[in-house]
Amino acid sequence: MELLRFATAGAVDDGKSTLIGRLLHDTRSILEDQLAAVERTRRARGDEYVNLALLLDGLRAEREQGITIDVAHRYFATARRQFILADTPGHLQYTRNMVTGASTADLALILVDARKGLQEQTRRHAFLASLLRVPHLVLCVNKMDLVGFDEAVFEAIREEFRRFSMKLEVTDLTFIPVCALDGDNVARRSERMPWYQGATLLHHLEHVHIASARDLIHVRFPVQGVIRPMSTRLPDYRAYTGQLLGGVLRPGDEVLVLPSGLTTRVRALELAGRSLPEAFPPMSLSVQLEDALDVGRGDMLSRPGNPPRVGQDLDAMVCWLSEARTLEAGARLALKLTTRAARTVVKRLHYRLDVNTLHRDEDGARLACNDIGRVTLRTTVPLLYDEYRRNRHTGSFILIDEATNATVGAGMINGPAL
Amino acid sequence: MSYELSHLDALEAESLFILREVVAELERPVLLFSGGKDSAVMLHLATKAFAPAPLPFPLMHVDTGHNFPEVLAFRDARVEALGARLVVASVQEAIDAGRVVEETGPRASRNRAQTVPLLEAIEHHRFDAVFGGARRDEEKARAKERVFSLRDEFGQWEPKHQRPELWSLYNGRHRPGEHLRIFPLSNWTELDVWRYVAREGLALPSLYFSHRREVFRRDGLWMAASPHLPLLPGETVSTASVRFRTVGDMTCTACVESTAASVEEVLAELVASRVTERGASRADDRFSETAMEDRKREGYF
Repeated sequence: MELLRFATAGAVDDGKSTLIGRLLHDTRSILEDQLAAVERTRRARGDEYVNLALLLDGLRAEREQGITIDVAHRYFATARRQFILADTPGHLQYTRNMVTGASTADLALILVDARKGLQEQTRRHAFLASLLRVPHLVLCVNKMDLVGFDEAVFEAIREEFRRFSMKLEVTDLTFIPVCALDGDNVARRSERMPWYQGATLLHHLEHVHIASARDLIHVRFPVQGVIRPMSTRLPDYRAYTGQLLGGVLRPGDEVLVLPSGLTTRVRALELAGRSLPEAFPPMSLSVQLEDALDVGRGDMLSRPGNPPRVGQDLDAMVCWLSEARTLEAGARLALKLTTRAARTVVKRLHYRLDVNTLHRDEDGARLACNDIGRVTLRTTVPLLYDEYRRNRHTGSFILIDEATNATVGAGMINGPAL
Repeated sequence: MSYELSHLDALEAESLFILREVVAELERPVLLFSGGKDSAVMLHLATKAFAPAPLPFPLMHVDTGHNFPEVLAFRDARVEALGARLVVASVQEAIDAGRVVEETGPRASRNRAQTVPLLEAIEHHRFDAVFGGARRDEEKARAKERVFSLRDEFGQWEPKHQRPELWSLYNGRHRPGEHLRIFPLSNWTELDVWRYVAREGLALPSLYFSHRREVFRRDGLWMAASPHLPLLPGETVSTASVRFRTVGDMTCTACVESTAASVEEVLAELVASRVTERGASRADDRFSETAMEDRKREGYF
């Protein structure tokens, strides 16, 4: 059974909670005591309908204010797949939450109200999904019952979105007309929309080919740490731990160690002391090398023919996450990329991007919370990286405020600084 | 070769990565080991993450003094088999020393009282990273907690000021006196834990499997008869075939009627179950919808 991670986003009142509730309900993932708790709250509040959002909104402030503050994770499964759903709220801190949820997602699900068509928020969510390079995008046109299940309405929205998405880099786009309230095309095929020949949402989630997004060519193994038992039984044992973020690795393979630039061969691959015939992403393992080289945390193993980039000057898109401070040229911050830590200075802020219009504001002098902009960074030590478009794991970094230790920025590398 | 990782392997890979990040970035980690199934899985993952070297951190058990004896025996057997160091933070000692005032009355529980000795032990041993076996699928407040979750100098959790957590780039920075709670099983479900127990052939305390026990009914739950739980008027003890879905303090952990005597039978029962693990077995979360959040804010697990 495979694991699919997906993120949901939508505008206010487009029925996202209803759709998630429907997905959970139809996969028998809501259990009796959870429903009873929601029903108790409904009665206590005097609400007319059971609000399935209450299943997701766990924090006191969320329940009191009736809003979702933070990304919530839900877990459900069918016979084919296990799902991790990151539900990102549409109103407060939308960019920060959506970017967080999308960063680990294989698929992004965006909702549109059939009566309203594409909204500013729809465009924003689609842009963020493409910026974060979520490999699969699904646009659910919801509330089809309120437009008489009219194919023309669905087609018009589909056409408008298709034209808009040509400005984005979306690799796989799927449109599904649904009525989340009654479950049409969610887990079961709608009899009220016979004109729709495609898959239901659940069928699509179960069958979309997610492994295709993984890079099996370029070996990327950032070293997390070193295992050295130094015991009488294993006096000379030394292995490097890490998670394989790209490529396929086998014993005997020649590897390049960066930043030292030395080459050696893989003596053995191990998981929990047992040897592996080969390793592929996203396996966590340990690697023994033939030669005793100076290798440590933050170094990277690759194949000599296709190494990552090495450099201290980066061109990157940054999403600013802090309410406490803004980002401007000259800012000094800590940076973490794979397992490597560095300090960085922002050499230049090229522009602030308007996520609603995609307009580039080149006069913008700073990024505030939820802003996205393009920067040039200089780091204290060379980084070992790829363009984010080639590898989401070796092309992403976080920025940390050294005074407060808060995570204040999320970055995606375009390439070396121009 | 398709190069597809099964979902259990993907979860394991993520957990191993988290355990190794903590050991690389923090100085004094400790792993909370209650003897329950989640901490047993977490401990197994920790041994895998650093094999063939020994575990690079000690274990800690917060002992309420009202534990099931089977669980303590299991705890000690695991500690001995691994040659690990065990730190015991005792609720009874904290009560005796007057640092904790014990709840009174027939429904008194030492569940909340665990927070004080837990925080004292973290401070005393200067632990800066505390591994916990909590899972996001367990409870609504936990669904919103980070994998690396910062606690201030009072051990408190502030849900509205959590650090954004993107990709697998965890931020372990903290000031002196603060610490991080680390949840390597964040993305595991109850079913995943049991499937992993089956796959890896892990031992668990006998409480998790069907056995005959003296029980009584309270608030719709089956509680184990014990000297720590005085009966209320109208409550009567009977013998039933039961097992526990979670293992915690005797005063707040209920059991379910079951004939599942093996891991495979437990799995079959779980797949058919229509009640969550906490709903079936935790008396402590039934008082309010935000009971867990309130305890967590104070520094609870």
